Order: sequence, then structure tokens, then C-alpha cells
Amino acid sequence: MVINTLQYMIHAFLHVLADAFQRLGRSHIFLFHTIIGFPSVLIRPLLLTKQIYMVGVLSLVIIIVSGMFVGGVLALQLYYELLKFGAENSLGVLNAISLVRELGPVVAGLLYSGRACSALSAEIGLMKATEQLSGMEMMAIDPIKRVIAPRFMAGIISMPVLAITFSTLGIIGGHLIGVDLLGIDEGAFWSQMQVKVNFYSDVMNGVVKSLVFGFVATWIALYQGYDAVPTSEGVSRATTKTVVYASLAILALDFVLTALMYGEI
Amino acid sequence: MHKSKLMEVWVGIFAFIGIAGLVFLAYEVSSLSHTTGENTYSVTAKFTNVGGLKARSPVTISGVKIGEVTSIAYDQEIYEAVVIMAIENKYNKIPEDTSASIFTAGLLGEQYIGLDPGGSEDYLADESEIDITQSAIVLEKVIGEFLFSQTADEGED
Repeated sequence: MVINTLQYMIHAFLHVLADAFQRLGRSHIFLFHTIIGFPSVLIRPLLLTKQIYMVGVLSLVIIIVSGMFVGGVLALQLYYELLKFGAENSLGVLNAISLVRELGPVVAGLLYSGRACSALSAEIGLMKATEQLSGMEMMAIDPIKRVIAPRFMAGIISMPVLAITFSTLGIIGGHLIGVDLLGIDEGAFWSQMQVKVNFYSDVMNGVVKSLVFGFVATWIALYQGYDAVPTSEGVSRATTKTVVYASLAILALDFVLTALMYGEI
Repeated sequence: MHKSKLMEVWVGIFAFIGIAGLVFLAYEVSSLSHTTGENTYSVTAKFTNVGGLKARSPVTISGVKIGEVTSIAYDQEIYEAVVIMAIENKYNKIPEDTSASIFTAGLLGEQYIGLDPGGSEDYLADESEIDITQSAIVLEKVIGEFLFSQTADEGED
């Protein structure tokens, strides 16, 4: 009896493990097919334009507004802490470095996965549920080339732009609060920032981070949509999974990338 | 057709925002604009202690930034730190007997090199050396000396 239960448990465990590996394998094959489909996107640039509009341009408002607020609140918090050391002139540096290195890519990535990736996954899941993808296959149109690849490319292109916009607006928001409202010296704000922030090791590393986040979050979204169970419940599950997995992946990858870029662990 | 054109305009604006943001980050936020390049000449100075001076620290004269530190190395033959700085070519009339000191901007601020012009008719040229230098003031040392003098005073009473 005991052995039977044990056998059953091991069997169930192996089953779950095999399932996980199968999904991992499928997602990589999916990625491979998508990348092979990239050249066909370049033949029809209008598809890409439309997806950049859906994924990038429509996310711009939330990125701009939250960028301003994050930069502003950062400046506000830093000001009162730095005032204790009489170092409030360093506010610009701290604000810029934390935005450019971390907050820009990460918060923009989280907003992107909430705003754009959920929509992508729901759209593709519903396409699958209503058999539009099978319909395309019937007409000898490869849905990966026609539907998935342009969206994937658009995500990779849009994410760095969104992260840069977020950082820029954050610094402007910090300037608004720090200089215009709290009265920090404007010259010190900019000059210390220019001395301390390095273009390659700070700004470009942030851009690289956002590229990686865009790649991973879009991949998760598209795969979850493509692999969704073709029912209304399946689509809703795929959307939830997308946001959860994409956010976790962004936060975990951020740690790894930061350790690779700045730390010697 | 009209709708797709509007969409393309928006994507164009989107791309423009991205490029403008990157330019802003490059030239306003970080210091890509004044990286020392070909328009500089190098001057060496030896200090017994450079304190917290780093590469890219500013070099100033009368408080105006005229260049930056390019490298700091320790010379074990003379037991001193050799600081090489790059000074912009347009500041080519710095007297030869100029003295260089390491200052701190504010109590906890960054350290920089301040040049104090002398009276010589000859000017510093490329690869020349500043002979008169004053090292960084190390705060711990100053506090130590102060405490020492305090206890010495108390001993006399």
C-alpha cells in the first residue's frame, strides 16, 4: 500500500517535470520559428508599423505619466534624507543614476508587461480560440510569420524607447520637484549629474537591460497566447500567466544583469 | 489609407521621442559632451597623497573647469602619486610655476584639482610638469592632529 502510494507520487512528480520541460522546449522551438520569420516581416513593414503603434505608442501615455511621478517622488524622498547630511546638491546625481540604471528599464518593463504584453497574449489567445490561426494555416499563411513575428519585433523595438522615455521624464520630474519646488541650485543639479553619470556604463547598460526585458516579456506574452487553451477560461489564464511570468522574469533578470554589469559576485 | 497614415505618423513621433530621449541622456545627463579628446594637452603633477581623487575628476582654475584628470598612478621610485590631467587647448596660457592643490567641494563633496597661477612668463606645454603641489587634506589626519594638540595643551596646564 505504502509502496503503491510512493510509486504514484514519483510517477506524478515525473509527469509534472516532463510537462514543465515540454513547455520549456515548446517555447524555445516557438522562439526559433519566430526568429526565422523575422525576414518576412521586413517585406511587409506596415505590419510592423501597426504593431509598434499598438505596443509602443499606446503605452507612451502611461510611461510618461508614471515616469514623471516616479522621478518626482524620488527627488522628494532623497531631498529630505540628503538634507540631513547637507548633501542635497547630490540629488540630481542620485536621481539620474537610479533612474537610468534601474528604475527606467525595470518600471517601464513592468508597465510594459502590464499594458502591452497582457493585450498581446489575450489577442493571440482569442485568435486561437476563434480558430483564426488555423484558418490562416488553411490558406497556407504561416501565422507565426504573419501574426507572431511582427509583434515580437515591435516589442523588442518599443521597449528601449519606452525605457529611455521613462528615464528622461523621470529626470525632468526630479528637476521639477528638486529645483523648481525645493530650491536646489540648478547648476549643481546638472553639473554633478554630468560628472558622475557615465554614458556607456550607466545609460547604455540601462538600454541593454531594457532590450533584454523587451525580448523576454514579449516572448512570454506571445508564447502564452499561442499556447493558450482555446477556451475563454484558457485565454484569461494565459493573460494572467503572462503578466505574472513577465514581471517575475523582469525582476529576476534585472538582478542577474545588474550583477553582471556592475558587481563582481 | 488615411488611418494607416496617421498610425505611421504616430510611430514616427514615437521613434523621434526615443532618439530625443537618448540624446538628452547622452548630452544633458551624462558627460558624453565633454569627454576629453584631441583638443587637450596633458600635464603631470606629483602628489604625496591624492586622497579621494579619481580619473575624470575636474581640474579647475579660479573655480572654472578647464580639464579633467585622465590617470592616477603610484610611482614606487619616488613614493608619490603621479596624476596626469588633460587640459583643454584653449587654456594655453597657464604659467609654468603654477601650483596644483587637491581640494574638496564642500565637506563631503567630490575632490578636484585647483590650479593657482604663478607669475612666470613661460607657459605650460604638452607633457610638462607642475612642480609645486599640495596634497589632499585627509580629514582623519586633521582631526588626529587637532586632538593631539588639544591633549598637549591640557598637559601644559
